[in-house]
Amino acid sequence: MAVMTYREALNRALDEELARDERVLLMGEEVGEYDGAYKVSKGLLAKYGPNRILDTPITELGFTGLGVGAAMAGLRPVVEWMTHNFALLAVDQVVNEAAKMRYMSGGQFSVPIVFRGPNGPAEYLASQHSQALESYWAHVPGLKVVAPATPADAYGLLKSAIRDDDPVVMMEAEMMYGLKGEVPDEEFLVPIGRAEVRRPGSDLTLITYSKPLWTVLEAAEELARQGFQAEVLDLRTLRPLDEEAIYASVRKTNRCVVVTESWPQASVASHVAWLVSRNCFDRLDAPVELVSGEDVPMPYNHALELAAQPNVPKVVAAARRVLYAEG
Amino acid sequence: MAEKLYMIALSPTMTEGTLTRWKVAEGQAFKAGSVLCEVETDKASMDYEAPKDGALLKILLAEGGRAAVGDVIGIIGKAGESPESLLAQLSAAAGETSPVTAGPATAAALQAGPATAAALPAGPGSAGGASPASGTSTSGGAGRTPAAPGSGSSLPPSAPAAEPSGSAPSSPLARVLAAELGVDIRSIRGTGPGGRVVKRDVEAAAAGRASPAPASPRPGAAASAIPGLRVPAADQTVRREPVAGKRAVIARRLSESFFSAPHYYLKRTVDAERLLALREDLADTEGRKPSINALLAKLSAAALARHPAVNAGWTDDGNGNAAIEYRSRADVGLAVALPDGLITPVVRDCGSKGILDIDREMSDLIAKAKGPGLAPQEYTGATFTITNLGGFGVEEFTAIINPPGSAILAVGAARAEPVAMPDGTVAVRRRMSLTLGCDHRVIDGAVGAAFLQDLARMLEEPGRALG
Repeated sequence: MAVMTYREALNRALDEELARDERVLLMGEEVGEYDGAYKVSKGLLAKYGPNRILDTPITELGFTGLGVGAAMAGLRPVVEWMTHNFALLAVDQVVNEAAKMRYMSGGQFSVPIVFRGPNGPAEYLASQHSQALESYWAHVPGLKVVAPATPADAYGLLKSAIRDDDPVVMMEAEMMYGLKGEVPDEEFLVPIGRAEVRRPGSDLTLITYSKPLWTVLEAAEELARQGFQAEVLDLRTLRPLDEEAIYASVRKTNRCVVVTESWPQASVASHVAWLVSRNCFDRLDAPVELVSGEDVPMPYNHALELAAQPNVPKVVAAARRVLYAEG
Repeated sequence: MAEKLYMIALSPTMTEGTLTRWKVAEGQAFKAGSVLCEVETDKASMDYEAPKDGALLKILLAEGGRAAVGDVIGIIGKAGESPESLLAQLSAAAGETSPVTAGPATAAALQAGPATAAALPAGPGSAGGASPASGTSTSGGAGRTPAAPGSGSSLPPSAPAAEPSGSAPSSPLARVLAAELGVDIRSIRGTGPGGRVVKRDVEAAAAGRASPAPASPRPGAAASAIPGLRVPAADQTVRREPVAGKRAVIARRLSESFFSAPHYYLKRTVDAERLLALREDLADTEGRKPSINALLAKLSAAALARHPAVNAGWTDDGNGNAAIEYRSRADVGLAVALPDGLITPVVRDCGSKGILDIDREMSDLIAKAKGPGLAPQEYTGATFTITNLGGFGVEEFTAIINPPGSAILAVGAARAEPVAMPDGTVAVRRRMSLTLGCDHRVIDGAVGAAFLQDLARMLEEPGRALG
């Protein structure tokens, strides 16, 4: 089994899908000549040429709409946004066109398209470029949203997303592109809509996704040192949610903490917390806790920037609250 | 205001019912939707749910008593309220309508009143009035386990309604656990924030221990830190769970079947390759295949059509008048395991339905059984039953007949085995064991064997079902 970076895993998935299906194409700012702002598309222009790897102007609404039209016409575009912060300009094309087309055309059109790019805070990028915006997309019926946290999932979910007949939004992270992990050599898919238990445990369930998984796994280690076995559930797909996996874990442990780097209000995590409260009510021994990014625009000051994000002490403290082991 | 509690029709065809068990003691408060009593109707044992919040002031129909729909079976009202004026009114009415022999339900039950109350366990809630912790958080939890008899014996049953003491908060899990373990949650001192009663407090109370201090390390955590040192095993504890509701019905029906129908069993192993291939052929565009059980139901119906003697049942009116009923339709039941028992949803008329329709109907019924629960007409009246433990790796087993049917097919796991083929070679084939349980009063050995032979041929060569 090869060890590769998250960036290389995405590159391999794109390469294989471009080779497998000539309808697949990649478009976005600097994906071609520059090999991608984060080098995810490295070497693809040389291999597949300018008809398949398209450098676009700096016009998110324009090229996202171009992609939606191409998908309706029978191609299977992958639209790279340099970050999800910039994708805010393209919300209308995603929410009002891609997500609605199958429904409003009575099934005459499907929109097989993937929108992907980094999401969430990196470092020193201040308020406008440090946002975790997955809840914007997960809010919308008609979209699927995936948020892989490992190179293997990044590979398997991107391939599933490209083969899906409906629009899929993929959340990556700048801080994860260099993350290394094992990826099986043989080709495989990770199904959309399936969560994964990253660490089994009996005392409480820590639910998270994307980059915070690594913070949560570290917190689980710390909790183990304190005598508590945390089960860590990685959602991997945010829409549709793998509700059965969530309930199975919480019904076993009776305690739940949801961890996200997004803001707390109207978020994927607050929705998961509601689902657990609603559907595991009689199996809960404590109120569900939420550890989120702080409810502020991201500070530029680095100490404050770190303080505004979930970290190991915050997760451990929330875990101890649901375990009634404070103090 | 005190008011009469009437026997109501708990099934569309019910005209009268037997009250098998009161789930609320006299004086005890209840919430809307909680189970007041269990009533056996003409078809099944049903829960009689409280129409609103209140308290049971007086029981007028003792356990085991019968009442027609519309008869008064008790008096309900606010906790602590007196039922006396309504009782006087009821006995006067009984006197008017039937001066000599008192009215069948009301007056007789009035007489039985005091004795009934004495015979009922004085539940801990009997004097406590309305309490948020009276175990009504779920119908499942509360319905299964009435409050433990005697645990509130320090309070005389006739004590005046006291101030509710159960105001301490408790976690939802703690309330369900307390009901399951038969512990009065109001007697527990909570160790959570604000005195909240949590899981560990209920477990400690059930084990007869004092609640541990909030910050005490969890059992096992400290011990495991010292390698090689083992904590001595805890004393044996026994949890007694009174049997009621679904569990009681299952126990009674299975015992009746096993002890009244003379069972015998026929066993056969079939080659499952063609059947499994057929299942693949029936996959939809997304690769979803019908369940093996749907295929078994369809082919069983085809075999039953050729052997009507197996699609039959023994009836007995209890006065020595026995008859065998031959049924025109194959209504196939499938045994489904639930966390608290088992149930056999029935797919009607499998002979005239396609495999995919049967599969869809079966999975809908199973989902409903595991979720909100099935209506009686969805799980009664199977003329033939299939039970499949192959998913647990069971190779073969015998099952108890599910009345009113006379035969049950027990299906084992499909397993790859070396098989001597007709041409003398050895091949690896997937095979599956079938065990047919029959009621000898209805199905003689040769009749059952002929049916099983035909069924086995159809399973091995499904095309025969079309012949």
